[in-house]
Amino acid sequence: MALYSEKVMDHFTNPRNVGKIDDADGIGEVGNARCGDIMKIYLKIDNGVITDVKFNTFGCGSAIASSSMATELIKGKPLEEALTLTNKAVAEALDGLPAHKMHCSVLAEEAIRAAIKDYYDKNGIAYDKSQFPDPHED
Amino acid sequence: MKTIYVDNAATTAMSDTAINAMTPYLKEVYGNPSSLHTVGQTAKEAIEDARARFARLINADPKEIYFTSCGSEADNQALRSAAYNGLKKGKKHIVSTAFEHHAVLHTLKKLEKEGFEVTYLPVSESGLVTAEQVERAIRPDTALISVMYANNEIGTIQPIREIGAVCRKAGVVFHTDAVQAVGHIPVDVKADNIDMLAVSAHKFHGPKGVGALYCRKGVPLNAFIDGGAQERNRRAGTENIAGIAAMTAALEEACANMPRTSAKLKSLRDRLIDGLLKIPHSRLNGDRDKRLPANVNMCFEGIEGEGLLLLLDARGICASSGSACTSGSLDPSHVLLAIGLPHEVAHGSLRISFSDYNTDEDVDAILQAVPEVVAYLRNMSPVWEALEKGEKEHLI
Repeated sequence: MALYSEKVMDHFTNPRNVGKIDDADGIGEVGNARCGDIMKIYLKIDNGVITDVKFNTFGCGSAIASSSMATELIKGKPLEEALTLTNKAVAEALDGLPAHKMHCSVLAEEAIRAAIKDYYDKNGIAYDKSQFPDPHED
Repeated sequence: MKTIYVDNAATTAMSDTAINAMTPYLKEVYGNPSSLHTVGQTAKEAIEDARARFARLINADPKEIYFTSCGSEADNQALRSAAYNGLKKGKKHIVSTAFEHHAVLHTLKKLEKEGFEVTYLPVSESGLVTAEQVERAIRPDTALISVMYANNEIGTIQPIREIGAVCRKAGVVFHTDAVQAVGHIPVDVKADNIDMLAVSAHKFHGPKGVGALYCRKGVPLNAFIDGGAQERNRRAGTENIAGIAAMTAALEEACANMPRTSAKLKSLRDRLIDGLLKIPHSRLNGDRDKRLPANVNMCFEGIEGEGLLLLLDARGICASSGSACTSGSLDPSHVLLAIGLPHEVAHGSLRISFSDYNTDEDVDAILQAVPEVVAYLRNMSPVWEALEKGEKEHLI
Protein backbone atom coordinates (compact mmCIF):
# COMPACT_ATOMS: atom_id res chain seq x y z
CA MET A 1 0.00 0.00 0.00
CA ALA A 2 1.48 3.28 -1.08
CA LEU A 3 0.33 5.10 2.04
CA TYR A 4 3.34 3.77 3.97
CA SER A 5 7.01 3.10 3.26
CA GLU A 6 8.20 -0.49 3.04
CA LYS A 7 9.92 -0.03 6.41
CA VAL A 8 6.68 1.01 8.07
CA MET A 9 4.89 -1.98 6.56
CA ASP A 10 7.71 -4.27 7.67
CA HIS A 11 7.55 -3.01 11.27
CA PHE A 12 3.76 -3.12 11.19
CA THR A 13 3.39 -6.63 9.82
CA ASN A 14 6.41 -8.03 11.73
CA PRO A 15 6.60 -5.82 14.79
CA ARG A 16 9.69 -6.26 16.98
CA ASN A 17 9.49 -6.48 20.78
CA VAL A 18 5.74 -7.00 21.07
CA GLY A 19 4.61 -8.10 24.49
CA LYS A 20 4.94 -7.31 28.16
CA ILE A 21 7.61 -7.64 30.82
CA ASP A 22 6.03 -8.93 34.01
CA ASP A 23 8.80 -7.64 36.30
CA ALA A 24 9.42 -4.45 34.36
CA ASP A 25 11.50 -1.75 36.02
CA GLY A 26 9.63 1.03 34.25
CA ILE A 27 6.28 1.20 32.47
CA GLY A 28 5.00 4.11 30.41
CA GLU A 29 1.55 4.48 28.90
CA VAL A 30 0.47 7.42 26.74
CA GLY A 31 -2.43 8.34 24.46
CA ASN A 32 -6.08 7.49 24.90
CA ALA A 33 -8.49 5.08 23.29
CA ARG A 34 -10.93 7.87 22.49
CA CYS A 35 -8.45 9.28 19.98
CA GLY A 36 -7.54 5.86 18.70
CA ASP A 37 -3.95 5.50 19.97
CA ILE A 38 -2.53 4.02 23.15
CA MET A 39 1.07 2.94 23.58
CA LYS A 40 2.46 1.05 26.54
CA ILE A 41 6.20 0.49 26.89
CA TYR A 42 7.87 -1.89 29.38
CA LEU A 43 11.56 -1.49 30.26
CA LYS A 44 14.01 -3.80 31.95
CA ILE A 45 16.94 -1.74 33.24
CA ASP A 46 20.28 -2.92 34.53
CA ASN A 47 22.99 -0.52 35.67
CA GLY A 48 21.39 2.36 33.82
CA VAL A 49 21.17 0.39 30.57
CA ILE A 50 17.96 -0.78 28.87
CA THR A 51 18.50 -4.53 28.69
CA ASP A 52 15.03 -5.39 27.43
CA VAL A 53 12.02 -3.53 26.10
CA LYS A 54 8.53 -4.61 25.05
CA PHE A 55 5.47 -2.78 23.85
CA ASN A 56 1.71 -3.07 23.48
CA THR A 57 -0.08 -0.68 21.17
CA PHE A 58 -3.69 0.03 20.28
CA GLY A 59 -3.62 2.09 17.14
CA CYS A 60 -3.15 2.30 13.42
CA GLY A 61 -0.39 0.80 11.30
CA SER A 62 1.99 3.70 11.85
CA ALA A 63 1.42 3.65 15.62
CA ILE A 64 2.39 -0.01 15.77
CA ALA A 65 5.36 0.52 13.42
CA SER A 66 6.54 3.55 15.45
CA SER A 67 6.40 1.54 18.67
CA SER A 68 8.33 -1.28 17.08
CA MET A 69 11.02 0.99 15.64
CA ALA A 70 11.36 3.03 18.84
CA THR A 71 11.90 -0.09 20.93
CA GLU A 72 14.57 -1.24 18.49
CA LEU A 73 16.32 2.13 18.72
CA ILE A 74 16.59 2.11 22.53
CA LYS A 75 17.28 -1.55 23.18
CA GLY A 76 20.71 -1.99 24.80
CA LYS A 77 21.17 1.78 25.15
CA PRO A 78 21.97 3.72 28.34
CA LEU A 79 18.97 5.66 29.69
CA GLU A 80 20.63 9.03 28.96
CA GLU A 81 20.90 8.05 25.32
CA ALA A 82 17.34 6.71 25.16
CA LEU A 83 16.15 10.04 26.50
CA THR A 84 17.66 11.82 23.51
CA LEU A 85 15.50 9.80 21.10
CA THR A 86 13.23 12.17 19.21
CA ASN A 87 10.05 11.45 17.31
CA LYS A 88 11.83 12.71 14.19
CA ALA A 89 14.48 10.04 14.60
CA VAL A 90 11.79 7.38 14.87
CA ALA A 91 10.03 8.67 11.75
CA GLU A 92 13.31 8.91 9.82
CA ALA A 93 14.28 5.38 10.79
CA LEU A 94 10.97 4.29 9.28
CA ASP A 95 11.84 6.13 6.02
CA GLY A 96 9.23 8.74 6.88
CA LEU A 97 5.59 8.85 7.93
CA PRO A 98 2.71 10.64 6.21
CA ALA A 99 2.24 14.14 7.71
CA HIS A 100 -1.03 13.25 9.45
CA LYS A 101 0.66 10.24 11.06
CA MET A 102 3.61 12.07 12.62
CA HIS A 103 1.76 12.13 15.96
CA CYS A 104 2.32 8.36 16.11
CA SER A 105 6.08 8.91 16.33
CA VAL A 106 5.50 11.59 18.99
CA LEU A 107 3.55 9.04 20.98
CA ALA A 108 6.45 6.59 20.77
CA GLU A 109 8.92 9.17 22.06
CA GLU A 110 6.56 10.10 24.87
CA ALA A 111 5.89 6.50 25.85
CA ILE A 112 9.62 5.86 26.26
CA ARG A 113 10.07 9.01 28.34
CA ALA A 114 7.09 8.03 30.49
CA ALA A 115 8.60 4.58 31.11
CA ILE A 116 12.01 6.03 32.05
CA LYS A 117 10.37 8.58 34.35
CA ASP A 118 8.44 5.73 35.99
CA TYR A 119 11.72 3.93 36.61
CA TYR A 120 13.32 7.06 38.11
CA ASP A 121 10.28 7.69 40.32
CA LYS A 122 10.10 4.11 41.54
CA ASN A 123 13.79 4.07 42.43
CA GLY A 124 14.00 7.55 43.92
CA ILE A 125 16.50 8.65 41.27
CA ALA A 126 16.74 12.43 40.94
CA TYR A 127 16.22 13.85 37.45
CA ASP A 128 15.80 17.09 35.59
CA LYS A 129 12.03 17.62 35.44
CA SER A 130 12.32 19.68 32.25
CA GLN A 131 13.30 16.47 30.47
CA PHE A 132 9.83 15.10 31.09
CA PRO A 133 7.18 17.47 29.80
CA ASP A 134 3.58 16.30 30.12
CA PRO A 135 2.68 14.02 27.24
CA HIS A 136 0.43 15.49 24.60
CA GLU A 137 -3.23 14.67 24.81
CA ASP A 138 -4.08 14.13 21.17
CA MET B 1 -2.57 -14.10 -4.21
CA LYS B 2 -6.20 -13.70 -5.18
CA THR B 3 -7.67 -10.24 -4.63
CA ILE B 4 -10.98 -10.29 -2.78
CA TYR B 5 -12.55 -6.93 -3.42
CA VAL B 6 -15.27 -6.24 -0.85
CA ASP B 7 -15.36 -2.45 -0.85
CA ASN B 8 -18.21 -2.06 -3.33
CA ALA B 9 -19.90 0.69 -1.33
CA ALA B 10 -16.79 2.76 -2.16
CA THR B 11 -16.81 1.84 -5.82
CA THR B 12 -17.44 -1.14 -8.07
CA ALA B 13 -15.63 -2.68 -11.00
CA MET B 14 -17.26 -1.76 -14.31
CA SER B 15 -19.37 -4.50 -15.85
CA ASP B 16 -18.73 -5.71 -19.40
CA THR B 17 -22.20 -4.44 -20.23
CA ALA B 18 -21.24 -0.94 -19.13
CA ILE B 19 -17.89 -1.02 -20.92
CA ASN B 20 -19.51 -2.26 -24.14
CA ALA B 21 -22.19 0.43 -23.90
CA MET B 22 -19.48 3.02 -23.53
CA THR B 23 -17.07 2.26 -26.33
CA PRO B 24 -19.21 3.33 -29.36
CA TYR B 25 -19.34 6.83 -27.85
CA LEU B 26 -15.59 6.93 -27.43
CA LYS B 27 -15.01 5.78 -31.02
CA GLU B 28 -17.72 6.30 -33.63
CA VAL B 29 -20.26 8.59 -31.99
CA TYR B 30 -17.93 11.35 -30.86
CA GLY B 31 -20.07 14.35 -31.81
CA ASN B 32 -21.06 17.24 -29.61
CA PRO B 33 -24.81 16.89 -29.00
CA SER B 34 -25.18 20.66 -29.35
CA SER B 35 -23.92 20.54 -32.98
CA LEU B 36 -26.52 20.70 -35.72
CA HIS B 37 -24.79 18.29 -38.08
CA THR B 38 -25.45 14.58 -38.31
CA VAL B 39 -22.47 13.57 -36.15
CA GLY B 40 -23.69 15.86 -33.37
CA GLN B 41 -27.33 14.91 -33.68
CA THR B 42 -26.50 11.21 -33.49
CA ALA B 43 -24.89 11.90 -30.14
CA LYS B 44 -27.91 13.95 -29.09
CA GLU B 45 -30.23 11.06 -29.92
CA ALA B 46 -28.07 8.71 -27.88
CA ILE B 47 -28.40 10.94 -24.80
CA GLU B 48 -32.14 11.29 -25.14
CA ASP B 49 -32.46 7.55 -25.61
CA ALA B 50 -30.44 6.99 -22.45
CA ARG B 51 -32.51 9.59 -20.58
CA ALA B 52 -35.76 7.83 -21.43
CA ARG B 53 -34.41 4.43 -20.42
CA PHE B 54 -32.83 5.78 -17.25
CA ALA B 55 -36.06 7.55 -16.25
CA ARG B 56 -38.09 4.37 -16.67
CA LEU B 57 -35.84 2.51 -14.21
CA ILE B 58 -36.79 4.81 -11.32
CA ASN B 59 -40.33 5.50 -12.62
CA ALA B 60 -39.60 9.10 -13.60
CA ASP B 61 -40.38 11.14 -16.68
CA PRO B 62 -37.39 11.69 -19.02
CA LYS B 63 -37.77 15.45 -18.54
CA GLU B 64 -37.16 14.94 -14.84
CA ILE B 65 -33.64 13.52 -15.33
CA TYR B 66 -30.54 15.73 -15.39
CA PHE B 67 -27.20 14.06 -16.00
CA THR B 68 -24.33 15.26 -13.79
CA SER B 69 -20.67 14.44 -13.24
CA CYS B 70 -21.25 12.50 -10.01
CA GLY B 71 -23.57 11.88 -7.09
CA SER B 72 -21.96 14.66 -5.05
CA GLU B 73 -22.71 17.19 -7.77
CA ALA B 74 -26.33 16.05 -7.90
CA ASP B 75 -26.61 16.41 -4.10
CA ASN B 76 -24.96 19.84 -4.11
CA GLN B 77 -27.18 21.14 -6.88
CA ALA B 78 -30.41 19.78 -5.36
CA LEU B 79 -29.73 21.12 -1.87
CA ARG B 80 -28.63 24.58 -2.96
CA SER B 81 -31.43 24.92 -5.47
CA ALA B 82 -34.13 23.91 -2.98
CA ALA B 83 -32.61 26.09 -0.25
CA TYR B 84 -32.33 29.23 -2.40
CA ASN B 85 -35.79 28.76 -3.88
CA GLY B 86 -37.16 28.40 -0.34
CA LEU B 87 -35.34 31.54 0.70
CA LYS B 88 -37.19 33.49 -2.02
CA LYS B 89 -40.34 32.72 -0.01
CA GLY B 90 -38.66 33.61 3.25
CA LYS B 91 -37.97 30.00 4.24
CA LYS B 92 -34.61 29.46 5.93
CA HIS B 93 -35.00 26.14 7.70
CA ILE B 94 -33.71 22.74 6.54
CA VAL B 95 -34.28 19.31 8.08
CA SER B 96 -31.73 16.53 7.61
CA THR B 97 -30.06 13.79 9.65
CA ALA B 98 -26.83 13.41 11.60
CA PHE B 99 -25.50 10.60 9.43
CA GLU B 100 -25.76 11.90 5.88
CA HIS B 101 -22.94 11.53 3.37
CA HIS B 102 -20.46 14.41 3.40
CA ALA B 103 -21.77 15.57 0.00
CA VAL B 104 -24.93 16.52 1.90
CA LEU B 105 -23.48 17.36 5.33
CA HIS B 106 -20.78 19.69 4.06
CA THR B 107 -23.21 21.48 1.72
CA LEU B 108 -25.58 21.98 4.66
CA LYS B 109 -22.73 23.32 6.81
CA LYS B 110 -22.03 25.90 4.12
CA LEU B 111 -25.71 26.81 3.87
CA GLU B 112 -25.70 27.31 7.65
CA LYS B 113 -22.88 29.81 7.23
CA GLU B 114 -25.03 31.58 4.65
CA GLY B 115 -27.80 32.00 7.21
CA PHE B 116 -29.88 28.82 6.90
CA GLU B 117 -30.84 26.94 10.02
CA VAL B 118 -30.46 23.16 9.85
CA THR B 119 -32.07 20.61 12.16
CA TYR B 120 -30.01 17.40 12.15
CA LEU B 121 -32.33 14.62 13.28
CA PRO B 122 -30.71 12.13 15.63
CA VAL B 123 -30.44 8.57 14.40
CA SER B 124 -31.58 5.57 16.44
CA GLU B 125 -29.12 3.01 17.77
CA SER B 126 -30.06 0.77 14.86
CA GLY B 127 -29.31 3.52 12.34
CA LEU B 128 -32.81 4.63 11.38
CA VAL B 129 -34.85 7.82 11.39
CA THR B 130 -38.65 7.86 11.36
CA ALA B 131 -41.28 9.80 9.44
CA GLU B 132 -42.63 10.98 12.81
CA GLN B 133 -39.26 12.56 13.62
CA VAL B 134 -39.33 14.37 10.30
CA GLU B 135 -42.93 15.48 10.79
CA ARG B 136 -42.18 16.93 14.23
CA ALA B 137 -39.18 18.86 12.87
CA ILE B 138 -41.10 20.61 10.06
CA ARG B 139 -41.76 24.31 10.67
CA PRO B 140 -43.69 26.88 8.65
CA ASP B 141 -40.34 28.15 7.35
CA THR B 142 -38.92 24.75 6.36
CA ALA B 143 -37.59 24.98 2.82
CA LEU B 144 -36.16 21.51 2.35
CA ILE B 145 -35.90 18.07 3.88
CA SER B 146 -33.00 15.78 3.00
CA VAL B 147 -32.79 12.18 4.22
CA MET B 148 -30.55 9.59 2.62
CA TYR B 149 -32.19 6.53 1.08
CA ALA B 150 -29.62 4.09 2.47
CA ASN B 151 -26.59 4.83 4.59
CA ASN B 152 -23.22 4.34 2.92
CA GLU B 153 -21.43 2.98 5.99
CA ILE B 154 -23.92 0.89 7.92
CA GLY B 155 -26.28 0.17 5.02
CA THR B 156 -29.52 0.96 6.84
CA ILE B 157 -32.51 1.68 4.58
CA GLN B 158 -34.62 4.60 5.71
CA PRO B 159 -38.45 4.69 5.52
CA ILE B 160 -38.28 6.97 2.49
CA ARG B 161 -41.84 6.42 1.28
CA GLU B 162 -43.30 7.46 4.66
CA ILE B 163 -40.91 10.39 5.00
CA GLY B 164 -41.78 11.45 1.45
CA ALA B 165 -45.50 11.33 2.28
CA VAL B 166 -44.94 13.57 5.31
CA CYS B 167 -43.01 16.08 3.20
CA ARG B 168 -45.58 16.04 0.41
CA LYS B 169 -48.39 16.66 2.90
CA ALA B 170 -46.49 19.59 4.38
CA GLY B 171 -45.62 20.93 0.93
CA VAL B 172 -41.88 20.85 1.61
CA VAL B 173 -39.33 19.79 -1.02
CA PHE B 174 -37.95 16.31 -0.24
CA HIS B 175 -34.44 15.40 -1.41
CA THR B 176 -32.82 12.02 -0.93
CA ASP B 177 -29.24 10.96 -1.53
CA ALA B 178 -29.94 7.58 -3.14
CA VAL B 179 -26.37 6.86 -4.21
CA GLN B 180 -26.23 3.60 -2.23
CA ALA B 181 -29.79 2.57 -3.05
CA VAL B 182 -30.39 2.94 -6.79
CA GLY B 183 -29.38 -0.25 -8.56
CA HIS B 184 -29.36 -2.15 -5.26
CA ILE B 185 -32.96 -1.99 -4.03
CA PRO B 186 -36.12 -1.00 -5.91
CA VAL B 187 -36.51 2.78 -6.09
CA ASP B 188 -39.69 4.36 -7.44
CA VAL B 189 -39.64 8.15 -7.23
CA LYS B 190 -43.41 8.44 -7.65
CA ALA B 191 -44.45 5.83 -5.09
CA ASP B 192 -41.73 7.06 -2.73
CA ASN B 193 -42.96 10.70 -2.90
CA ILE B 194 -39.49 11.96 -3.81
CA ASP B 195 -38.92 15.46 -5.22
CA MET B 196 -35.16 15.29 -5.77
CA LEU B 197 -32.85 12.28 -5.84
CA ALA B 198 -29.13 11.82 -6.46
CA VAL B 199 -27.60 8.84 -8.28
CA SER B 200 -23.99 7.80 -8.94
CA ALA B 201 -23.06 5.35 -11.71
CA HIS B 202 -19.94 3.79 -10.24
CA LYS B 203 -21.85 2.29 -7.32
CA PHE B 204 -23.62 -0.17 -9.63
CA HIS B 205 -20.81 -1.23 -12.01
CA GLY B 206 -21.04 1.90 -14.14
CA PRO B 207 -18.14 4.30 -14.75
CA LYS B 208 -16.83 6.98 -12.41
CA GLY B 209 -17.43 10.59 -13.39
CA VAL B 210 -21.14 10.38 -14.14
CA GLY B 211 -24.29 10.65 -12.08
CA ALA B 212 -27.82 11.93 -12.30
CA LEU B 213 -30.26 14.18 -10.53
CA TYR B 214 -33.95 13.46 -10.62
CA CYS B 215 -36.03 16.60 -10.07
CA ARG B 216 -39.80 16.24 -10.07
CA LYS B 217 -41.78 18.29 -12.58
CA GLY B 218 -42.88 21.52 -10.94
CA VAL B 219 -40.01 21.64 -8.45
CA PRO B 220 -37.77 24.53 -9.50
CA LEU B 221 -34.16 23.61 -10.25
CA ASN B 222 -31.38 26.16 -10.51
CA ALA B 223 -28.27 25.55 -12.57
CA PHE B 224 -25.18 24.75 -10.51
CA ILE B 225 -22.73 25.06 -13.39
CA ASP B 226 -23.37 28.00 -15.70
CA GLY B 227 -22.55 28.03 -19.38
CA GLY B 228 -24.26 26.43 -22.35
CA ALA B 229 -27.85 25.29 -22.64
CA GLN B 230 -27.19 21.60 -21.98
CA GLU B 231 -29.63 19.63 -19.80
CA ARG B 232 -32.35 22.18 -20.52
CA ASN B 233 -30.26 25.00 -19.03
CA ARG B 234 -29.87 23.20 -15.71
CA ARG B 235 -26.37 21.82 -16.16
CA ALA B 236 -23.90 23.43 -18.55
CA GLY B 237 -20.98 21.51 -20.01
CA THR B 238 -20.67 19.18 -22.98
CA GLU B 239 -22.38 15.94 -22.05
CA ASN B 240 -20.40 12.86 -21.01
CA ILE B 241 -22.16 10.69 -23.56
CA ALA B 242 -20.04 7.59 -23.06
CA GLY B 243 -20.55 7.84 -19.30
CA ILE B 244 -24.28 8.45 -19.61
CA ALA B 245 -24.72 5.49 -21.99
CA ALA B 246 -22.67 3.23 -19.73
CA MET B 247 -24.50 4.34 -16.58
CA THR B 248 -27.84 3.64 -18.20
CA ALA B 249 -26.77 0.20 -19.40
CA ALA B 250 -25.34 -0.63 -15.98
CA LEU B 251 -28.52 0.42 -14.23
CA GLU B 252 -30.70 -1.54 -16.63
CA GLU B 253 -28.61 -4.60 -15.90
CA ALA B 254 -28.64 -4.00 -12.14
CA CYS B 255 -32.43 -3.59 -12.09
CA ALA B 256 -33.03 -6.62 -14.33
CA ASN B 257 -30.77 -8.79 -12.17
CA MET B 258 -31.97 -7.43 -8.84
CA PRO B 259 -34.20 -10.36 -7.81
CA ARG B 260 -31.29 -12.76 -8.29
CA THR B 261 -28.45 -10.57 -6.99
CA SER B 262 -30.44 -9.39 -4.01
CA ALA B 263 -31.06 -12.96 -2.85
CA LYS B 264 -27.45 -13.96 -3.48
CA LEU B 265 -25.97 -10.92 -1.74
CA LYS B 266 -28.25 -11.31 1.26
CA SER B 267 -27.06 -14.87 1.63
CA LEU B 268 -23.37 -13.82 1.50
CA ARG B 269 -24.11 -10.95 3.88
CA ASP B 270 -26.00 -13.02 6.43
CA ARG B 271 -23.45 -15.81 6.49
CA LEU B 272 -20.66 -13.30 7.04
CA ILE B 273 -22.54 -11.47 9.80
CA ASP B 274 -23.31 -14.72 11.63
CA GLY B 275 -19.71 -15.84 11.32
CA LEU B 276 -18.16 -12.57 12.45
CA LEU B 277 -20.53 -12.24 15.40
CA LYS B 278 -18.87 -15.36 16.81
CA ILE B 279 -15.83 -13.21 17.54
CA PRO B 280 -16.18 -12.25 21.22
CA HIS B 281 -17.02 -8.60 21.91
CA SER B 282 -18.05 -7.82 18.38
CA ARG B 283 -21.25 -6.18 17.17
CA LEU B 284 -23.14 -5.56 13.98
CA ASN B 285 -23.69 -1.87 13.27
CA GLY B 286 -27.06 -0.93 11.81
CA ASP B 287 -30.40 -2.69 11.72
CA ARG B 288 -30.11 -6.30 10.67
CA ASP B 289 -33.23 -6.38 8.50
CA LYS B 290 -33.66 -2.85 7.14
CA ARG B 291 -30.30 -3.17 5.49
CA LEU B 292 -28.77 -3.09 2.02
CA PRO B 293 -28.32 -6.63 0.66
CA ALA B 294 -24.55 -6.20 0.29
CA ASN B 295 -23.57 -4.35 3.48
CA VAL B 296 -21.83 -5.72 6.56
CA ASN B 297 -20.49 -3.32 9.19
CA MET B 298 -18.97 -4.66 12.40
CA CYS B 299 -17.05 -3.37 15.39
CA PHE B 300 -14.44 -5.38 17.24
CA GLU B 301 -13.58 -4.08 20.67
CA GLY B 302 -9.98 -3.37 21.67
CA ILE B 303 -8.53 -2.81 18.21
CA GLU B 304 -8.17 0.02 15.73
CA GLY B 305 -9.60 -0.29 12.23
CA GLU B 306 -6.66 0.82 10.12
CA GLY B 307 -4.43 -1.98 11.35
CA LEU B 308 -7.23 -4.41 10.61
CA LEU B 309 -7.55 -3.08 7.04
CA LEU B 310 -3.81 -3.21 6.36
CA LEU B 311 -3.50 -6.77 7.60
CA LEU B 312 -6.54 -7.87 5.59
CA ASP B 313 -5.06 -6.12 2.55
CA ALA B 314 -1.86 -8.09 3.07
CA ARG B 315 -4.05 -11.19 2.65
CA GLY B 316 -5.67 -9.79 -0.49
CA ILE B 317 -8.90 -8.66 1.16
CA CYS B 318 -9.86 -5.07 0.29
CA ALA B 319 -12.34 -3.62 2.78
CA SER B 320 -13.04 -0.33 4.55
CA SER B 321 -13.25 1.11 8.06
CA GLY B 322 -14.71 4.10 9.85
CA SER B 323 -11.70 4.50 12.13
CA ALA B 324 -10.15 7.92 12.69
CA CYS B 325 -6.94 6.85 11.00
CA THR B 326 -8.80 6.08 7.81
CA SER B 327 -10.92 9.25 7.97
CA GLY B 328 -7.87 11.52 8.15
CA SER B 329 -9.04 13.11 11.41
CA LEU B 330 -8.87 12.18 15.07
CA ASP B 331 -12.56 11.37 15.22
CA PRO B 332 -13.95 8.11 13.98
CA SER B 333 -16.83 8.04 11.49
CA HIS B 334 -19.68 10.48 12.17
CA VAL B 335 -22.10 7.70 11.24
CA LEU B 336 -20.86 5.35 13.97
CA LEU B 337 -20.89 8.19 16.50
CA ALA B 338 -24.43 9.13 15.36
CA ILE B 339 -25.73 5.65 16.23
CA GLY B 340 -24.31 6.15 19.71
CA LEU B 341 -21.10 4.11 19.60
CA PRO B 342 -18.40 5.30 22.02
CA HIS B 343 -15.26 6.58 20.30
CA GLU B 344 -13.21 3.62 21.55
CA VAL B 345 -15.56 1.15 19.89
CA ALA B 346 -16.10 3.16 16.70
CA HIS B 347 -12.33 3.10 16.04
CA GLY B 348 -12.48 -0.67 15.60
CA SER B 349 -14.94 -0.85 12.74
CA LEU B 350 -14.88 -2.87 9.53
CA ARG B 351 -17.14 -2.43 6.51
CA ILE B 352 -17.46 -5.23 4.00
CA SER B 353 -19.61 -4.45 0.96
CA PHE B 354 -20.21 -7.17 -1.60
CA SER B 355 -21.12 -7.12 -5.26
CA ASP B 356 -22.42 -9.78 -7.64
CA TYR B 357 -18.77 -10.58 -8.44
CA ASN B 358 -18.18 -11.98 -4.93
CA THR B 359 -18.61 -15.63 -4.09
CA ASP B 360 -19.17 -17.98 -1.18
CA GLU B 361 -15.43 -18.71 -1.29
CA ASP B 362 -14.78 -15.02 -0.65
CA VAL B 363 -16.92 -15.22 2.48
CA ASP B 364 -14.96 -18.32 3.56
CA ALA B 365 -11.67 -16.45 3.13
CA ILE B 366 -12.94 -13.43 5.08
CA LEU B 367 -14.28 -15.65 7.86
CA GLN B 368 -10.85 -17.26 8.06
CA ALA B 369 -8.86 -14.01 8.00
CA VAL B 370 -10.82 -11.59 10.19
CA PRO B 371 -10.87 -13.62 13.43
CA GLU B 372 -7.11 -14.27 13.08
CA VAL B 373 -6.29 -10.63 12.42
CA VAL B 374 -8.55 -9.42 15.24
CA ALA B 375 -6.91 -11.87 17.65
CA TYR B 376 -3.45 -10.79 16.51
CA LEU B 377 -4.20 -7.09 17.03
CA ARG B 378 -5.93 -7.70 20.35
CA ASN B 379 -2.90 -9.61 21.54
CA MET B 380 -0.77 -6.46 21.22
CA SER B 381 -3.45 -4.01 22.37
CA PRO B 382 -3.15 -2.45 25.83
CA VAL B 383 -6.86 -1.62 25.61
CA TRP B 384 -7.73 -5.27 25.14
CA GLU B 385 -5.42 -6.23 28.00
CA ALA B 386 -7.18 -3.78 30.32
CA LEU B 387 -10.57 -5.14 29.23
CA GLU B 388 -9.51 -8.73 29.78
CA LYS B 389 -8.04 -7.98 33.18
CA GLY B 390 -11.28 -6.30 34.17
CA GLU B 391 -9.56 -2.92 34.63
CA LYS B 392 -11.96 -1.58 32.03
CA GLU B 393 -15.51 -2.64 31.34
CA HIS B 394 -16.41 -4.16 28.02
CA LEU B 395 -18.59 -1.78 26.05
CA ILE B 396 -19.79 -4.39 23.56
